[in-house]
Amino acid sequence: MKETPSQSGDTGSSFLEEVIQATPGDPRLEMCIQCGTCAGSCPSGADMDHTPRAIFAMIRADMREEVFQSNTPWFCISCYYCTVRCPQEVHITDLMYTLKSMALRKGYARNTAWADFSKTFNEYVFNYGKAFELGLATRFTMRHASLRDIPGLAQMGMGMMARQRMSLIPQKINGLESLQKVLTRAEEIEEESR
Amino acid sequence: MRKYLFYPGCSLERNASAYYDSVMALREPLGIEFEEIEDWNCCGATEYTSLHRLGSFALQGRNLALAAKQVAGGNNVLAAPCSACYLNLSKAEHYLRGDEHLAAQVNEALATGGLSYRPGTIDVRHMLDILLNDIGLEEIRAKVVKPLTGLRVAAYYGCFVIRPDYEHRFSSPEYPTVLEDLLEVLGAEVVEYPAKAHCCSGHMPSISAPSAYELIRRLIAMAVEKKAHTIVTLCPMCQLNLDAYQADMNRFFGTKYRMPILYFTQLIGLAFGKAPEELGFGKELVDARPALKKIGVKMVHPAEETGGTAPAAPKPRKKEEGLPMPKMPAKHQNEEVS
Repeated sequence: MKETPSQSGDTGSSFLEEVIQATPGDPRLEMCIQCGTCAGSCPSGADMDHTPRAIFAMIRADMREEVFQSNTPWFCISCYYCTVRCPQEVHITDLMYTLKSMALRKGYARNTAWADFSKTFNEYVFNYGKAFELGLATRFTMRHASLRDIPGLAQMGMGMMARQRMSLIPQKINGLESLQKVLTRAEEIEEESR
Repeated sequence: MRKYLFYPGCSLERNASAYYDSVMALREPLGIEFEEIEDWNCCGATEYTSLHRLGSFALQGRNLALAAKQVAGGNNVLAAPCSACYLNLSKAEHYLRGDEHLAAQVNEALATGGLSYRPGTIDVRHMLDILLNDIGLEEIRAKVVKPLTGLRVAAYYGCFVIRPDYEHRFSSPEYPTVLEDLLEVLGAEVVEYPAKAHCCSGHMPSISAPSAYELIRRLIAMAVEKKAHTIVTLCPMCQLNLDAYQADMNRFFGTKYRMPILYFTQLIGLAFGKAPEELGFGKELVDARPALKKIGVKMVHPAEETGGTAPAAPKPRKKEEGLPMPKMPAKHQNEEVS
């Protein structure tokens, strides 16, 4: 078990501890000095409800509700600019992943396109062992695309098909059963350790 | 003969098959042998790790465990051409090595599938790293028979290969120059491209298209401004976003960019004298033939345009300023306010 700030007598924020515990390795979140380098480095910053810096301040302030409702983690593209630039070496990208899975588990973001994209992608991984672009694109598009997006998407899809860049049927790995057992057990272990 | 374990990943099987073809075409001239991991599974891109912390490590763990079974004679390097696969596999290897508790949990999950992985067994490396550091620029230079003289290229790295770069394999997480060195060895003219490590927008075209189009526009517009004939990439996601969404981006902004997006291995293949058909040319949605023409390479397009005709090249910018700007008479310019 990693030492959390409360064990070292640092802070009273239970949310901060929870986020740190749920992140792999030592994410160093308690080291954040609110400099805003992450906010200024983020390609999605302009579209986020809160900058990463603000989100970290909100975590310290135990503002669970607001953090889970924020689009910020879902707009993180995983470019890792913030992570390599952070003067305190906070693992910002990893923390955004933590916030996404936490928000979903607590019942937030359920009907959003951004969460649904990840979920749909992951279902193919679990059910076939491989990604399936056509399935992802069509299932996701049917649920979330607006009507005026369809001609553009269809044209692109045709172009991809014509160039044999899209498979019509998903591929299944041989060891699918064993993969599913492994992934299911991983979820159980994660659940037990909470 | 240099031997590598090989993890193609889902993209290389389909949407990035041009990358796969061109990597395979380099085996013979460079004396490389690949042994594909048997029954590998998807790395989960950024999606699995977004929702399943331990599950994502288990997903990579299965691949690493399968790879470990195929290690023979100290040959433990796993080559991954896809940036996302490379990052996911190397990240898992890095975290498992540094966290015994996590490694124990992952192995407990793997055991249900009859597998186990000892951290440190597999050395995950990206194709660019292998070409630069195992093969080396001198050996590549020696194999160039058809220099790419006259081709202006923008070297584009994207994110995952150079960031976070857990093993410090690349010179800089923000402004590397190694891909440029490689392209210069091939005889190409490398343009200054300050956006070289910016984000291609990843999965954003699906979840917030306007945000994605702006990031794509910046990358294409800068390459056009620098008069590049093509953007050269080393990542299937970057290629897909800049190539397949270029038309959507043009529609969104009312622009008419036609910037071909190619894999660096395709250009190496051309310089080695390989035919474009062997290197997956023609699978790009934005026609690469105008770029190939600059180096005298002709190609019959395997898939002719599916919808409409190719838009004409963007008009040259006006030399004069568009709007009449007020000009200060010269005598006032240096006057000090007293």
